[in-house]
Amino acid sequence: MNNVINGVPLNYYILLSGILFTIGVLGVLFRRNAIIIFMCIEIMLNAVNLLLVAFSRYLSDTSGQVFVFFIMAVAAAEVAVGLAILTMIYRNTKSSDIDILNKLKW
Amino acid sequence: MITKYLFFFLSVLIIFSALMVVFAKNPVHSVLYLIVTFFGIAGHYFLLNAQFLAAVHIIVYAGAIMVLFLYVIMMLNLNKEVEPHKPVWIKFAAVVSGGLLMVTLVGSLRGAEAMTKVTPENIHIGLVENLGKTLFGPFLLPFEISSVLFLAAMVGAVMLGKREIH
Repeated sequence: MNNVINGVPLNYYILLSGILFTIGVLGVLFRRNAIIIFMCIEIMLNAVNLLLVAFSRYLSDTSGQVFVFFIMAVAAAEVAVGLAILTMIYRNTKSSDIDILNKLKW
Repeated sequence: MITKYLFFFLSVLIIFSALMVVFAKNPVHSVLYLIVTFFGIAGHYFLLNAQFLAAVHIIVYAGAIMVLFLYVIMMLNLNKEVEPHKPVWIKFAAVVSGGLLMVTLVGSLRGAEAMTKVTPENIHIGLVENLGKTLFGPFLLPFEISSVLFLAAMVGAVMLGKREIH
């Protein structure tokens, strides 16, 4: 019973975070709508946050939870700027389709 | 024992709603499923004794970020009819590569060595008192720098959102 938090093994949290991160990556590859891609980035950030909290609880160290606090702050700033960019793109192209924005593609 | 059942319930809820975020046809439904995902993650924080983070998570994600997403979706008037879709073979390739990534992440756990748990265990690390002592002790400088980040984000969002002046 050494690697258990509240009756749940640490490996289960690692597995859950891995699956959640994979779903985020899948969404970024799968969809063309820029807003959905933003949401999937949020899912990926949250998968990492969950893993940090689990490790912080497991090692009895507050630093992990402070990292999560900073990640939330950065995520909030990122969403604000990202959605502003998105509305600007929509104003110029009348669409939220990312495949229109291919000027930098080789 | 009840924490174990709660863990499995929340995990299934999170994975299901995260999949629905990706596969829902209507962007508004995606946002609603994302809110369910975030509440499930907040429940996990409660199970991990991180009460402060759970409260902050609900306030920041369900309160601020989701409102921003819904606002933008309704402002841009996105719905099922204008939703763009990738070709089928790209979708297939996306699912295959996502599955390969999951196999890699899960498979890397197999040979991993178990960490040794710290004893005696401190279950009060998630409370405001202990978090505050760390945040305003060793992490004071990053905390102050993050305020500069917010200022930059605010200025950037306002500048990007404004119409060009001729």
